[in-house]
Amino acid sequence: MVMEGNNLNADKKGYSFQQESHRHLEKGHDYLVALAGNPNTGKSTVFNALTGLHQHVGNWPGKTVARAEGYFKHMGKRYKLIDLPGTYSLHATAIDEEIARNFILFTRPDIVVVVVDSTTLERNLNLVLQVLEITDRVVICLNLIDEATRKGLKIDEKQLSFDLGVPVVPTVANAGKGLNDLVKAIAGVASGKIHTNPHHVALNPEIGKAIDEITPYVKRVAGDLPNTRWIAMRLLEGDNRIREALESGELASLAKSNQDGRRE
Amino acid sequence: MMVATPKKAELKELLDRVQRVASSIRESLDDHITSSIYADAKLIASKAVTKTEVPEIDIDAKIDRIMTSRITGFPIMFALMMGIFWLTIEGANIPSHLLAEGLFWLEDQFVLLFRWFGAPMWLEGLVIHGIYRGLAWVVSVMLPPMAIFFPLLTLLEDVGYLARFAFNIDRLFKWAGAHGKQAITMVMGMGCNAAGVISCRTISSPRERLIAILTNNFVPCNGRWPLLILMTTVFVASKFPPALSSVVSSLLMVAIIMFSILTTLIVSAILSRTLLKGETSFFVLELPSYRRPKIIHVLYTSLIDRTIKVLYRAVVWAMPAGALIWILGNVHIGSETIMAQIAGVLSPVGLLIGLDGIILLAFIVAIPANEIVIPTIIMGYMGTSMMVELESMAELQALFVAHGFTVVTAISLMLFSVLHYPCATTTHTIWKETGSVRWTLLSNLIPLTVAFLTCFIVSQALYALGFG
Amino acid sequence: MEFELSKNPGYKTLAEISPGQRAIVIELLVRGMIRHRLLDLGLLPGTEVEAVMKSPLGTPTAYRIRGSLLALRPEDASKVRVQHMHS
Repeated sequence: MVMEGNNLNADKKGYSFQQESHRHLEKGHDYLVALAGNPNTGKSTVFNALTGLHQHVGNWPGKTVARAEGYFKHMGKRYKLIDLPGTYSLHATAIDEEIARNFILFTRPDIVVVVVDSTTLERNLNLVLQVLEITDRVVICLNLIDEATRKGLKIDEKQLSFDLGVPVVPTVANAGKGLNDLVKAIAGVASGKIHTNPHHVALNPEIGKAIDEITPYVKRVAGDLPNTRWIAMRLLEGDNRIREALESGELASLAKSNQDGRRE
Repeated sequence: MMVATPKKAELKELLDRVQRVASSIRESLDDHITSSIYADAKLIASKAVTKTEVPEIDIDAKIDRIMTSRITGFPIMFALMMGIFWLTIEGANIPSHLLAEGLFWLEDQFVLLFRWFGAPMWLEGLVIHGIYRGLAWVVSVMLPPMAIFFPLLTLLEDVGYLARFAFNIDRLFKWAGAHGKQAITMVMGMGCNAAGVISCRTISSPRERLIAILTNNFVPCNGRWPLLILMTTVFVASKFPPALSSVVSSLLMVAIIMFSILTTLIVSAILSRTLLKGETSFFVLELPSYRRPKIIHVLYTSLIDRTIKVLYRAVVWAMPAGALIWILGNVHIGSETIMAQIAGVLSPVGLLIGLDGIILLAFIVAIPANEIVIPTIIMGYMGTSMMVELESMAELQALFVAHGFTVVTAISLMLFSVLHYPCATTTHTIWKETGSVRWTLLSNLIPLTVAFLTCFIVSQALYALGFG
Repeated sequence: MEFELSKNPGYKTLAEISPGQRAIVIELLVRGMIRHRLLDLGLLPGTEVEAVMKSPLGTPTAYRIRGSLLALRPEDASKVRVQHMHS
């Protein structure tokens, strides 16, 4: 009838998350940036503020999920920005989450900016921590700071940054505040000037052991990836998409392209 | 990028291990992982966030209590609705007239230009009085209300009110077997049905999404408001003092919207028990804290956005429609124009549902753009060769009455306008969104059937009771 | 798949918590995607929730969960077993 498809990697239109990871370079952009976050965090405001008129809204190929993309320039570099669907988590049980997760994992943007609602930090950190398990090139945009202040909440972004191991930039996106700092942080992580050391969730010892047991075998099959532990975890959780990606060699090819120097 | 698939043996070993290890873990892995994530989240958040000494006035809770209480919840909804309608109607009035005046002045200049070039009359007629006039009509009628309604709607959304609206009426949608978000997509449809259909993307379950798409048309979009307002003004509000006219119109519009919502719920209920049976999906509605919207920003972006969309639509759909109307009204077969001929053929069907042939023809011709219905009707009645606007309500009323228009006709006309098939842009959008010819056809057939049945029943009942 | 425990008397679900009352989540009575969604919202065992307000039509009810105000329909809220906290 309509809509849902299971295999996002090879769609009717031949869209591949992995192939997309280089396309921006061909079009003259220097870096690929993904915007993630819970719904209702002002993510689209951040997107609009950064890209201005340089944006285009369409669909993810073969899906009717909206995809906004645009670009912005900073210090002579062009940053292509993709607005991922707003999700509460990356479990990938719904199409929005699948797209977001697959884009971060397979397309491997240079930076993932997670837009967070300062007034509901704890809940938002659910997504943040999941993102940090997949990639370490993350910048947190602590949005709606004015609303937090109005509710009597004071957030120590330095403490947060220390605990999360990634840059945290407070913003009031719909007033244009903090966006310069956000762009600088993005540029810093992109160029490697800012080094991140992402927090990894401490798991229950039993699970930790289970993952330790599986991880070497993942390495043997898929090669050297920065997030092998996360892959092991997904396998244990019964994630079919990840299993398929292993079987088809997709994950292995990610490792290989890492080695080929696409990253630092 | 071609890659060697991993060695079968290693892969098998990995998967076997995974299987073994996973089943040996006593409790659910998901729960463990999620609770670990949340434990960390709680810890990190508690270290970073401090609550300052702000007196716990929790304004949000106070406002919410008013917005969702049994006593004040719904009255406030009605008041807000009336307010928005009134602002849209009043606010669009003068700009519409000015735009119309300006665009029609421009039309006269085009005529001079064509005459100066010595262009043949038929070309002048087709291009200027047909195509251009179609464009001018749509723009002057459609643009001002949209430029007001959409920003207002966006403001409501940004403030956080729409979520409370959905919260208040969710039970009705649950009864109808529909998704809670349909309340919101329905409201979007009041501005523009195409936009409403697109907003249905937020509903992930295909079944519930289709229900939302198929019923979106039952709420009249900005393009149909002028017709509805005209009918209510001419045949009802004119009986009131002029100062109250727009208030009465707004009130009637609210009544019409209530009727639309009722229809939406009933048809959704029928669909979810017949064609689109299935489970109601899990629905969580987040009620964000009330936020101060950036009014200027919203007005600005909404205005630009809607202007572009209206102009695009006018060019793509209204211009050809204008051309068609001119041809219908100017090409003769025998002694009659095509328009008169077709109207004659449609007449019996029209009368059956409380309308007439000209009105039905107008609706058919106005498939691309609902704004053209009234001008086409006027054109048909006056037997003129081009769409016209009449100067006063009295003239309009006289013309309509002279052609057999009664209160019953007015009511049928309004009902038909509210219930009939979507405009071309919306149908096209539905086709793009569903990718299915079948559902696109149904999206037109279902409303049409509902419109016919309702108009038939209502008009015949009213006739039987002695009206008209 | 509903759990046997649900037949246990003296046991409440989130759906039975009225505005103004607080409760602690004991367990989720459902598996699969809905369970994931509930977990994503932060409804984990040990989480404190508060029912804040009811719709004028009776349902849904809005609950404060980890700082957010979230409305759930009774059929979904009934999947969360809770312990009512008496103040």
